[in-house]
Amino acid sequence: MRKLFEIAIRNLVRNRRRTILTGSLIAVGIIAVVVFGAVAGAFKGMMIAQFTDAVLGDLEVHRRGYVASIDNLPLTLNLSAQQVTAVERALQSIPEVEVYSPRVKLGAMFSNYLETTSIRLNGVDPEREFATVPLLPSRIKGGAQTIRKGEILIPDLLAQGMKVKVGSAVVVIATNQDGSVNALQLAVGGVLVSAAGPSGRDAYIHMDDARELLRMEELEISEIAIGVREPGRVNEVYAQLTRLLASQVDAGGKPVFEVHTWEGLSPFSSIARMIDLLAVFIKVALVAIVLISVMNVMLMAVYERIREIGTIAAMGTLPGKILAMFVIEGFSLGVFGTVVGGALGSVIVLLVRAARPTFDFARVEGLVLAPVVTAGDLLVVSGIVVLVSVLASLQPAFKASRMEPVEALRHA
Amino acid sequence: MSLIVAKDLSKTYSTGAAKVEALKQVSFEIEAASFVSFIGPSASGKTTLLNLLGGLDRPTSGSLTVAGEDVSLLDRRRGAIFRGAHLGFIFQDFNLIPVLTVYENVEYPLLLVRTTPSAERAARVAKLLESVGMGDEAGKYPDQISGGQKQRVAVARALVTEPAIVLADEPTANLDTATAAAVIGLMRQMKDRLGTTFIFSTHDPRVVNEAEVLYNLEDGRIVGRREPRGRAYAQAV
Repeated sequence: MRKLFEIAIRNLVRNRRRTILTGSLIAVGIIAVVVFGAVAGAFKGMMIAQFTDAVLGDLEVHRRGYVASIDNLPLTLNLSAQQVTAVERALQSIPEVEVYSPRVKLGAMFSNYLETTSIRLNGVDPEREFATVPLLPSRIKGGAQTIRKGEILIPDLLAQGMKVKVGSAVVVIATNQDGSVNALQLAVGGVLVSAAGPSGRDAYIHMDDARELLRMEELEISEIAIGVREPGRVNEVYAQLTRLLASQVDAGGKPVFEVHTWEGLSPFSSIARMIDLLAVFIKVALVAIVLISVMNVMLMAVYERIREIGTIAAMGTLPGKILAMFVIEGFSLGVFGTVVGGALGSVIVLLVRAARPTFDFARVEGLVLAPVVTAGDLLVVSGIVVLVSVLASLQPAFKASRMEPVEALRHA
Repeated sequence: MSLIVAKDLSKTYSTGAAKVEALKQVSFEIEAASFVSFIGPSASGKTTLLNLLGGLDRPTSGSLTVAGEDVSLLDRRRGAIFRGAHLGFIFQDFNLIPVLTVYENVEYPLLLVRTTPSAERAARVAKLLESVGMGDEAGKYPDQISGGQKQRVAVARALVTEPAIVLADEPTANLDTATAAAVIGLMRQMKDRLGTTFIFSTHDPRVVNEAEVLYNLEDGRIVGRREPRGRAYAQAV
């Protein structure tokens, strides 16, 4: 086998210019895949982190039908204390769940005594909320980085529009499930820098204030946001939780709860899917490049070496070994392109990372792009290229192995 | 039983509508450990006959048994196994593998056709290269040696597996007198020591004069058979 590799490599070196050209073509394709994958992956990862760590959490549990009417923040679809207990029990049985935060969400009117506007209120337990969405404290501009009773954190656009600042007295007015309108006077405890995503009118108040505002005798929860220990295991937790909660059904036999990952809650998921789709297209283009270029080179190689094929066949080389010779040659060409492309692609990604390019997304400014190439990414791309190289060599190799020695020896 | 038995052997090539009868009902027998030459003008059927004997081509009709095997029935794989086990080829155009050194070209049949242990392989290759006077050129590639040297390497490659039959197409065409004599001497030595049968297609009188049996081919037919030296010569040597 070692000799077959030696012969393959010498045959590649024999036509150095063609090998370098084809190898370069493969390498350029790999560089494109590696660099695009790393940069797009970094962008996507960062944006997802913005949503999950600053607003949504990794997963959310709601009463069935809540997300479909989420724009109305329906209080009628809140979870009862009993249902919350059932969810908590399920969450505590999943070791990958690190933390969770119950939220009361409601639509309200916000008044600075001069003007009034609509607002979305999130009643939270600050400690649990900050643990679940750890980027939230960093979004609080001015004031203490917490949510105290009697205070409200308002989005910066609202603060600017309503001309209120930290310490200003404001009133929030809401209608509860019974239809009674209630008001609560609060002080602005901080201003929230906008996060990317559906948070432009979201304000935060303490859970106790929400309960008071809605005159709740027994606490009802709109959603439970969940933080997972390892972001890569979100889907695993989602599956486990969905399975555990599936046993909770209503009188009609339908599930009581619905579980969503960030993808089901954020419009960015469609952009993320587009990014994934683009990455797939680039990989398909790479496969086409490798397939066509390797097949072309190997067909040329077979055509140029017909007499040699005849000679080795005449000497008694088995057809399988002749096939192996050409497949190994295609494999070696693929490996050459992969090594060069993988190395250069990794270096380019490292350079981009070192340059720390920043970008703005929506109203979030100065996000630093930090692309990373993982060994897994490189292995997948390399595996695809080498496999396609072998597949592309098969037809020419098969052709070589099927040649009649006498015909091949006659070839000029 | 003869090593090679050909009976009513014919080979017809079709090129479009035209048909070329390269061999017409040729019959002969060749004994083991003999020096046999096929002579004749161009297009008389010599190369076609060697191709048939080597299992590289199949006869259109007739039968051909080589070393007990009906070579006309061999498929591609069995044909390769048969050639690797019993035959050595010396091509007129040398047909050395350009990416292999002189040493590796000779080693090829032992390494990639048969699986000879490395120590034995090294000893046999070195000995044969010395025998054909190419010991000092072992590390060179075919494009770094002369035509005569290439021919000597081709001879060494054909002999290195010590095959039962060596089929040689103009084996001395590119050799000077001294080297030709050395190569013929080597072949005769192998014939005597190992019982190798040598079958030549040649015009070279140096080879013709060495033949124990001489077949004259014309227009695809054997028109004469002579034994210029006979088997008595071989025994005397």
